Amino acid sequence: MSNTPRTLFDKVWDAHVVRQIEDGPSILFIDRHFIHEVTSPVAFLGLQQRGIGVMFPDRTFATADHNTPTINQHLPVQDPFSANQLKALETNSSKYGISHWGLGNPKNGIVHVVGPENGITLPGMTIVCGDSHTSTHGAFGAIAFGIGTSEVEMVLASQCIMQPKAKKMRIAVDGKIGKGVTPKDVILYIIAKISASGATGYFVEYAGSVFENMSMEGRMTVCNMSIEMGARGGMIAPDETTFNYINGREKAPKGADWDKALAYWKTLKTDEGASFDVELKYDAADIEPMITYGTNPGMGMGISNKIPVAEALGGGQASFEKSLQYMGFQKEDSLIGKKVDYVFIGSCTNGRIEDFRAFASIVKGRKKADNVTAWIVPGSHIVEQQIKEEGILDILTEAGFQLRQPGCSACLAMNDDKIPAGKYAVSTSNRNFEGRQGPGSRTLLASPLVAAAAAVTGVVTDPRDLM
Amino acid sequence: MKSSAVPLPIENVDTDQIIPARFLKATERKGFGDNLFRDWRYNPDNTPKKDFVLNNPIYSGKILVGGKNFGSGSSREHAAWAIYDYGFRCVVSSFFADIFKGNSLNVGILPVQVSPMFLDSIFKAIEKDPKTELEVNLPDQTITIVATGEKESFGINSYKKHNMTNGFDDIDYLQAMSADIKGYAAASPY
Ligand code: SF4
Repeated sequence: MSNTPRTLFDKVWDAHVVRQIEDGPSILFIDRHFIHEVTSPVAFLGLQQRGIGVMFPDRTFATADHNTPTINQHLPVQDPFSANQLKALETNSSKYGISHWGLGNPKNGIVHVVGPENGITLPGMTIVCGDSHTSTHGAFGAIAFGIGTSEVEMVLASQCIMQPKAKKMRIAVDGKIGKGVTPKDVILYIIAKISASGATGYFVEYAGSVFENMSMEGRMTVCNMSIEMGARGGMIAPDETTFNYINGREKAPKGADWDKALAYWKTLKTDEGASFDVELKYDAADIEPMITYGTNPGMGMGISNKIPVAEALGGGQASFEKSLQYMGFQKEDSLIGKKVDYVFIGSCTNGRIEDFRAFASIVKGRKKADNVTAWIVPGSHIVEQQIKEEGILDILTEAGFQLRQPGCSACLAMNDDKIPAGKYAVSTSNRNFEGRQGPGSRTLLASPLVAAAAAVTGVVTDPRDLM
Repeated sequence: MKSSAVPLPIENVDTDQIIPARFLKATERKGFGDNLFRDWRYNPDNTPKKDFVLNNPIYSGKILVGGKNFGSGSSREHAAWAIYDYGFRCVVSSFFADIFKGNSLNVGILPVQVSPMFLDSIFKAIEKDPKTELEVNLPDQTITIVATGEKESFGINSYKKHNMTNGFDDIDYLQAMSADIKGYAAASPY
């Protein structure tokens, strides 16, 4: 066994199998479990009904993010249903002894931002959360994926999850990244290539020089969107970039524990000759700043391109047309110059400091377009703090933008940050589904640079023209 | 199970369509069926949209037949709850998103994956006769279009099949092996 070359995914998976059920799922031990207010209340109710407790409360971390307001967080939450869920999270956490970063806590923020930020997320771990973008944590070489509420209950009760082992896919991107191309563009490009279901049933490992040279923030953006091509999760082998990011963070191992952990983490890479079920390779030079034109994240294109005709995408004609109709676009349209009503920068995809730096780099010395409403929402209080310390807030204020308080915000529009029906939003989040950002909203997914270019010009603009 | 079916021949039906996020605010698992496919089913003024299939009384049944890549997107189990609460016990598609498939099994909905050709036959059969019945046989793992006799087998792992047939639950199973789990945890480096 030890001589068989193994992938990174195999190594982490195999290390966590407590039991293998014959012709059934593996029982996988879960090192870290994140919970939030929306998908956990029913799970706790389930525990109560069974009359059982939480097996390892110190392996679960709670943060409020999905339905929290992004202004006036010091005031009571207005929406009674949201307030009720927030209260439930707080009560359940304290009842079972789970660490809880609620509204107003300086560590509060989007679950997939605060986990890594505080050193909770480490290489080689298994991590789950009742949120599909848990795949974000794969950036550290962890197996991380989203689960449903029954599974949240399962993890609370037993610290384990039952899962069949996914198939393996490796996606390599090598070559030189072009001007204005960010990690978001790399992943939107990949999804456009393989479609919104192209990796269903797979766990993806990202490899190649583009990812090796990427910051941790960028790697998180990429792994975050693995789910948007159907993958269970995505991961990137940990390296010096990873170790430097983790070192010194609050919950990261220290001293002798650090040395021991590091020695193990260095073994976490795919062996030479290990096999994948599917291998894909792309050339970074082919990637442009991307934008989506339809209602699933696979409907993306280089910003200077024209919307393809459905035939070119191979089938799904009716769905394709329904999608364009919803968006109010025609095939062979160019999006450049289309009027934009809203710009949203934030979410667990692009709500980290690097994203606000990128946004500010375009905004600097320009003014917000009058026709644009912009929601600028940091992923956490720590990011908010950095934005202030680095002078980014000054640049934003100068240009006529306001900074909001952390949370998921318009990514899923469970709070008041809803894009009105029929309006166009250039959004740095991860989903452009019908109504995702509010009933009838029309979402164009893009990078922080493209969002910034739209925010200052009021229309879809190639950010390279402003760089 | 033998039932007529409701056809939804749309690809990439995502969980935001099945149950929009604004309806996820409950702290209990009930009443989600009312908001199943909310924005496809109702106008903004809450009047039903006539052309949506759930508002068309000629279609009914315990089986929902969807286009390829059904259940993509968010991990919200609320999507499966809404489908269950509305009264469906089986969803048929040529392709399911992973998390949705797992959630369905966990809430008592059987996801039946068929070939694209068979899916097409089902849609055609329903188009011809909205009352046409499908027979889903879990022990044999087959699905049959009763009117034409066309039949296909589907996959499900034997552990899940056993649970579904006997009403067992993963948590009962895991509770019974808590000593093993604690042993693992004690040796874990994390
Ligand atoms: S930012 Fe969006 S995708 Fe991320 S956790 Fe929040 S709702 Fe989910």
